[in-house]
Amino acid sequence: MALPLAFLLAGSRRLLSLSGVDMAIVVIYFVAVLGIGFYLKGKTATGEDFFLAGREMTAWIAGLSFVSANLGALELMGWAAAAYQYGILATHWYWVGAIPAMLFLGIVMMPFYYISKTHSVPGYLQLRFGEPSRGLSAVSFGFMTVLMSGINMYSMALVMKVVLGWDINFSIWVSSLTVAVYVALGGLRSAIFNEVLQFVLIWLGALLVPILGLIEAGGWGGLQARILHELGGKDYTHLWRTMGSFGDNPMGIHWTGIVLGLGWVISFGYWTTDFLVVQRVLAAKDLRAAKLAPVIGAGFKMMVPFIVILPGLLALAVLPMKLTGEAQAIATGGHSYNEVLPLMLARYCGPGLLGLGITALIAGFMSGMAGNVSAFATVWTYDIYRAFVKKNAPDAHYVRMGRWCTILGVLVSIGTAYLVMQFLSIMDYVQALFSFFIAPLFGTVLLGMLWKRATPAAGFWGLLTGTASSIAMWAWVKVDPSALKYIALSPRAKDMAENMYRALWSWLICVIVTVVVSYITRPKPESELAGLVYGCTALPSEQHLPLYKRPIFWAGVVAVVFVILQVIFW
Amino acid sequence: MSEGKQSLSVWLFIGTLLLIYGVLILGSGIYALFHPPEQKTVLANLHPQIWWGALLIILGAIYTWTFRPGRGK
Repeated sequence: MALPLAFLLAGSRRLLSLSGVDMAIVVIYFVAVLGIGFYLKGKTATGEDFFLAGREMTAWIAGLSFVSANLGALELMGWAAAAYQYGILATHWYWVGAIPAMLFLGIVMMPFYYISKTHSVPGYLQLRFGEPSRGLSAVSFGFMTVLMSGINMYSMALVMKVVLGWDINFSIWVSSLTVAVYVALGGLRSAIFNEVLQFVLIWLGALLVPILGLIEAGGWGGLQARILHELGGKDYTHLWRTMGSFGDNPMGIHWTGIVLGLGWVISFGYWTTDFLVVQRVLAAKDLRAAKLAPVIGAGFKMMVPFIVILPGLLALAVLPMKLTGEAQAIATGGHSYNEVLPLMLARYCGPGLLGLGITALIAGFMSGMAGNVSAFATVWTYDIYRAFVKKNAPDAHYVRMGRWCTILGVLVSIGTAYLVMQFLSIMDYVQALFSFFIAPLFGTVLLGMLWKRATPAAGFWGLLTGTASSIAMWAWVKVDPSALKYIALSPRAKDMAENMYRALWSWLICVIVTVVVSYITRPKPESELAGLVYGCTALPSEQHLPLYKRPIFWAGVVAVVFVILQVIFW
Repeated sequence: MSEGKQSLSVWLFIGTLLLIYGVLILGSGIYALFHPPEQKTVLANLHPQIWWGALLIILGAIYTWTFRPGRGK
């Protein structure tokens, strides 16, 4: 069992010890986030305050929070590890796997979410397709959210174990209870404020590693030369040129999987329908801020590989030891891929800077956890409890429920953290979860927003069959690994490639079922689709605004930079 | 960039925290100049604590001053 082994490892092996000043920096951070929670408690009276931060966030606050909520364990630990394993290909998850979808959310989808005045993505499904779709979506989202939260906790505890030798239980309980306190006190507003703080700390704490790493490696050219030398000529530093064949790149994936599976289905599914991130934008003060927030988020998202992917690549070039998978690392006493970032921190950061780097990691984990917990509290309270258990209670009752649900969500997440320890690769597990729920949901929401003929019955059955087919495909490969050649189009495909294709198929199944069922069932009258569907909704004009204030202008700027980056690192 | 009902901006919290961190990191960098640690990090000769601590102090001071309570009254 992984758990007892982890217990044995805790305290017996550490990369380094924190000095007094490092400890002070970590402790001050915890005091600050709790202080923000207590300060905002007095500002959180109504349901709108608690669950939607009063809908008064500026575009910058909402945009930074939008990115920060996603900048959790998955980003910091998982993608640095993935960069060590797969090279610069991991950057696809930040660029083609995020930027187009974030711009699409801001420009195309946000008006419908915002104008409909929904409080959540399942809430939008209820308005568009009815209660069954909302119930299915809310339950699957709640399930996914607590699992994701468990992943965050596990990653955080792993860092503390490896770097500091802290007991894994101590790390999980201290950080998760801190998140529970500040989210339960101040709701989404507290989560958003802390996410902005965490975003700044993540950057300032992690930025030194790539700067000093590039100095040591001799710049980007020196880094490429070292990697080529270390890996016997394998190409780890180009984004697209090795994607022509499954066997030519370390990820074992074809460009169609990246573009269609990741760039289209998984990316659009996550960034446009995952309530964890969409909730931050729904808190914007007006429609223009709501449209601009994802665009601002996309601009910052494009820069994140500098502090996450680059350290993984630098580790390939400068670390004296070879990192391995988790199981082999435990068996041999070596270091695993997941330890890339802590190892690089230990390499460059002395007293004080190490504390800041560790605080950046903790901040990343806590922002991801807080995002999950606050979204879970909203969906549980509004889309499950109020919809199916207790309708028409006073607003204060739902705020109380949201607070208790926050604490309950954290406790359930703690339980799942121990389950997550059994999986060897954090990232692949997360990707599998995405393809179960997110890809079909994207099909349902997209058709719901853009096609007025989609019927309530079709929305439900499309979502259900898409989700069920995704789980079935996953189970098929688990039972019979040779099925990989059908699901991922190649027997050589790695886990990530399999997840890409499974997402694509489940999305297609969802869309096909939705279209077919729509044509054999009765649609809603157009009068009931106002504010929900393209063609039935009057969208406010922005013609009176100067160009530099229009979200579409900044979306164009981000899109141009995105294309330039693809060309530079082709 | 104060957010609606609350009188204190989130940027004030951030500025104050950066200011405190900057002082701590710069202080430890200066201490390390006179009492070098036994185990040196890679590129320690560049004294990253000193210039990174100074950067945090500058950023923190700017944000703390700009978003101080009662500004503009």
